[in-house]
This record gives sequence, structure tokens and C-alpha cells, in this order.
Amino acid sequence: MRISFFVTCIADNVLTNVGIKSVELLEKLGCTIDFNPRQTCCGQPLVNAGYQGKAKKSMRVLIDALLEDACEYVVAPSGSCVLQVKEFPRFFKGDSLWEPKAKLLAGKTWEITDFIVNVLKITDTGAELHGRAAYHPSCHMSRLLGVREPPLQLLGNIKGLELAPFKGQDKCCGFGGAFSVEMPDLSGAMVAEKVRNIADAGVDYLIGADGACLMNIEGRIRREGLNIQVLHIVEALMKA
Amino acid sequence: MSIKTSTLNLKQRMQQSLSNSFLRASIANAQDWINQKRETCYAELGHFEQWRDLAADIRSHVLDNLDYYLDQFARNAQKAGSTVHFAENAGEALRIASEIFQQKKAKKAVKSKSMVTEEIGLNEALEEMGVEIVETDLGEYLLQVDGKDKPSHIVVPALHKNRQRIREVLAEQKGYKGDDVPENMTRFVRKILREAFLSADIGITGCNFAIAETGAVALMTNEGNGRFATSIPKTHIVFMGMERVAPTFEELDILFSMLARSAVGARASVYMSLLTGPRAKTDADGPEELHIIIIDNGRSKVLSSPFKDVLRCIRCGSCMLECPAFRHVGGHGYGALYSGPLGAALVPVLGGYKAHWDITQICSLCGACNDVCPVRIPLYESILEHRRIIAEDEKLTSWIQDAAFSQYGNVIGNPAIYTAATKLTRLGNLAPRVGPLKEWAKAREIPKIPNERFRDWFAKRKGTDNDNA
Repeated sequence: MRISFFVTCIADNVLTNVGIKSVELLEKLGCTIDFNPRQTCCGQPLVNAGYQGKAKKSMRVLIDALLEDACEYVVAPSGSCVLQVKEFPRFFKGDSLWEPKAKLLAGKTWEITDFIVNVLKITDTGAELHGRAAYHPSCHMSRLLGVREPPLQLLGNIKGLELAPFKGQDKCCGFGGAFSVEMPDLSGAMVAEKVRNIADAGVDYLIGADGACLMNIEGRIRREGLNIQVLHIVEALMKA
Repeated sequence: MSIKTSTLNLKQRMQQSLSNSFLRASIANAQDWINQKRETCYAELGHFEQWRDLAADIRSHVLDNLDYYLDQFARNAQKAGSTVHFAENAGEALRIASEIFQQKKAKKAVKSKSMVTEEIGLNEALEEMGVEIVETDLGEYLLQVDGKDKPSHIVVPALHKNRQRIREVLAEQKGYKGDDVPENMTRFVRKILREAFLSADIGITGCNFAIAETGAVALMTNEGNGRFATSIPKTHIVFMGMERVAPTFEELDILFSMLARSAVGARASVYMSLLTGPRAKTDADGPEELHIIIIDNGRSKVLSSPFKDVLRCIRCGSCMLECPAFRHVGGHGYGALYSGPLGAALVPVLGGYKAHWDITQICSLCGACNDVCPVRIPLYESILEHRRIIAEDEKLTSWIQDAAFSQYGNVIGNPAIYTAATKLTRLGNLAPRVGPLKEWAKAREIPKIPNERFRDWFAKRKGTDNDNA
């Protein structure tokens, strides 16, 4: 199966290993990966700050880049960025050229765990990782995109991994895009509480499926000098 | 009081709230406790999503036909002997109320909890007329006694006070000598309030729901103070937000069932009073006159705006209790009478963007509010749309912010520039800790920027140079 890979700007530039492990994982599961280097960012930081108009240029760039290879599926390692792509048709409503393109892209774009479980129909990737892990279900992915079960199904089948529930598990980590720098103290209070709860669960790993939230949580874990390793789910699923 | 409750700017309000660890612990405890009760009692009820569909449909239907139902309600209320007044704004509502007070030569009023009276600044106006007004909801009473403290939550107004603080307030202001056991403090206040009920000329209440079919006013309280305020004084004035209508008792049943569960995690409120007109000849008690003041005060503006759905709100406050930002900020930090996600969705329309644009910033867009709202208000979407209006239509964002986001838009809007710029940021680990990075680093470490981008890795692997893209 040929897939157009949407790496997302965070995994392209900062969490590079998330992009790499996504590709390796999808290949391991039998997919062929196309990566169109004309892709940039989905524009979500702009939209969330209110600058919808300024975001449209990047949306058009992304639509063209991801549709160019005409793959059946577009897959990304971020529920939040996928949610944004699914919202594209709303931003181009009434635009005779771009609305149909946005709809086409939205219809074939999948969050990676959702894709593995519900398209590839695989729930065991053959991974092995020993220890106790906390899973942070990112807000956009679980609440707004509605992808709740697939990551848990995949993690549940990692040999040696014990999933630990923790207080406030489904609560926001305080990232919120520009929110984290526009409202630094509030965002900081939110991530501090999140990390305190994770630490209280006595885990070796914190696993999530959205790079931005992980960057936030990891930054706090490092600030507090805690011995908890932060992994994107694709990294966990490639452990053997 | 009006909608705006603070003269401090956003940054100052955040500092004030976040530095108050006592406040934050109180709110966190209340959130965890009430949310748990709410989940338990909805689990017991079952079919939460279907209940929400039903309640949302009812409220939308009422808003779509508000003129019809308001007219029906007013006619039936008058038929039952109530006097109905319509007030377009706070000033008109206050004028109508003060006329009633003058006519009755009223000097003392008891008041049951009501947000709309806070909205129009009723207490201040009446006090200026020389009327003594006593809040009789325990939480509101404590705020009043504590030198006009303001409610920090629409259902649990004294959420920011714990029992030690309450004991202090009662001791300082009312000479209370007991301990901080809630029952003992309540007993103490109760004695004071009983005397107020017996000596008041006028009873004042809000209105949870107005039943169009019969002209009844439905009041839900948990302390019973609403009953005293509506049965002992000779005159009762109801202040009602114009959107509070339910067509018949059948719809009231649904809304009532959800309000108590969503607000405090109880199957039902302790008391529900249905007040249809003043005391009849055969009644044992009740007021001789019942006035209902139906207040617009910006609601028509909301109704004709893209944010109409926000008027579905039944004021349960569950969005605030679920909100992770409210948890650390508390009601006062929002700078407006309505706080939390509801405040962020409603206040910019009700009080204007210029005065309240910043309330929309107190949100990480996590969407938790949408999942608990009993009437399915699209709170997340409303807040996002407000931000768009603030940046693009009202142009209330700073030029620095506009410029920074324009710059970002230009970079990500052009693959060649993006590719060049992201290559340059490989030097990112040298980036000075200024601007956004400095803000980020307040609470957490800055991520390490790897030497190689994903696209470099992919191109190398394929043996192509993607910089020529």
C-alpha cells in the first residue's frame, strides 16, 4: 500500500525521530512511503491564534503537496495536525477550486495509530518494551478527532509493557500551541500538574501520540530532573 | 456590578490568580469532587449523549421561537396574576425595580442567588437608594459579608473560599465564635438569615426556567432560601434573562434533570419551586404581588450573532468545573461575571470585544468543555471563532503579534522559504532565550534541535537532495 506521509512540521524539524520511526513502522507493516518535500505546516498555530486568513496560503501548499502523489492514504503521526487537515474544507467553503481539493485530502488523511488499527487492521506490531508506562491521550486526537482506542490497543500489545492509569490522565497538558508562550504561567501551571500526576504513577515511560504535547511534557520532566523517558507511540511501537 | 469585574489586565489577573496557591487548591478540590459526583450520577442515569441531544434540541427550539414563547409566557403569567415587565437593558431593569421599591416604600430586601441581578448591578443600585439587601444563598451571603467579594463560579459562588477562610470572615464581620465545621457555621448564618426573611419587604429571585404554558417561574435551590424569599415578603420580584423559557413542564422535566446533575452532581436540586402568580385567596402563604422583569441586556445581540447557540446555556457551570485552565485561574481571573469556557464564549458578545477580547485567551483549546455541556454548546468552536474575529475583524491583537504571525504565515506558505528557514534553524540550539522561547522556558526546558531534519534523513535514504524541491 502506497502512502503519502505527512510528517508535520514538529516531527520534521524538532522530533525528527518521530518522523523516522513512523516511516520505519509503516514500512515494517508493509506500506510504501512517499514523502513530498513541498509540504510545510498545516497552519494550525495561525488558526488557533485567530489568523485564519494568514493560514490559508500554507493550507493550499499542504493540500497540493499531499495530493500530488495521488496515494490512496495520507498518514501523519499527530492527531492534532490531522484534525486541522480535516477542518480544511470549512476554511475553503464556497471556493470552487479549493473546497473540493480540501475535501479530497480530508477524506484520505489518517492519524497513524488509527490507520494501523482501522485500515491495516493490525493491533500487534511485534514490539517489546519492558517497564511501566503512562499514556497521555492528547485532547485534539482523543476528544475532537475521536481517536481514543487505537493507541491503547497498540500499546496493550507491546510485550513487557504495563500501562499505568494516572490522576487527570485525560486532562490537557497545557500546550495549546501559541497558548504555551502567550499564557506562559497558566500553561506552566497546567503542565506542572500533569507531570506531577505522571510522576506519582511511578512510571518509566510517558507515551503519547502527539509530538507537540510530548515536547511540552518532556520539557517539564527535564526541568524537574525526573527519570521518565518520553516516547512518541511510534517510537514505542518500534522497540524490540 | 456589570459584566466586567476587574480593572486589571490579563497578565496582572493571571499573576494574581496563579500566585494564590490557596485559591488554586480550593478550586482543584471542588472540581475533582463535583466532577466525580457528576460522572457517577450520569452513569446511573445512563444515555448521557441522548439526554444531551434532547436538551440541546429543546433549548434550540426555544431560541428559534423565542418571540412566540416569550409572548405566551408573558400572557399566561399575567393571567395568573403576575405583573410582567420587559427591560431592554440593565438601566431599564433597574428603573423598573426601583419604581417597585419606591411604590412599596421598601427598605429591606432578601435575595436568592441570581446571576442576572449581578449582571445588571442590582445590589449596588438598591443600596444607593438606601435599601438594605441581604443575600440569602449561603455562598453569596459569605461573599457579601466579606466586603463585597465577587462570585467566582456561577453555581458555587464562594468556590474560592475554604472553610477556614469562611470562619475568619464570619468571626471578623459577624462575631462568630465557633469552629470551622460547616454545619456549625451554617447554623450560625441561618439564624441571621431567618430574621432577615421575617423582616424583609421584598423578596428577589432569579429564574431558572419560565414555563410558557402556564406562566410559572421555576426556581431550583439547594438550601431552601428561595422558598423563604418567595413566601414571606409581601412582594416578590423575579429577574429573568429573556432566554430562560421552557415550553411546557415536559421540557422542564428534561432540563431540570440535567441541571442538577451537571451543576452539582445531584439527581435533583434539593428544592424546586414552581411559582404561578402571587398568593391566591386560598393559599396559606406567598407574596401579594409578583413582578417578573424579563431582561434582554445584550441577549438579542447574541441571538442574532453567529454565537446564538451559547444562549442555550442553562447555567450549570459544568464547563468551568471541567476546564483545566479554570482550575488554575478561578472565576475572578477571567475579569468578567461569566467565566470559564462559557464566559469566553458569551462575554465578548455580551460585553463587547474591546473590553473582553482577552477572556478568549484563557483557553488551551482542549475541548473538554464541549464534552460535558448538557446542551451541547459548541464552546470550543465559539472561542476559536472569537479569536478569528479579534485578530481579523476587530483588529485588537498587537502589531507585534500580527507581524510575527504574518512572518510565520509567509514562511510556511512557501515551500522554498520554509526549507531554507528550517535549515537555518539547525543553528537553533544557539538561539538566544528571548521572545517566545523565553516564555516557554519559564516552566520547561527548550527541546533540543537535531542537526538533521526528517526531510534530510528521508532524502539521504532515497539518495535525492530535497532542498531542490
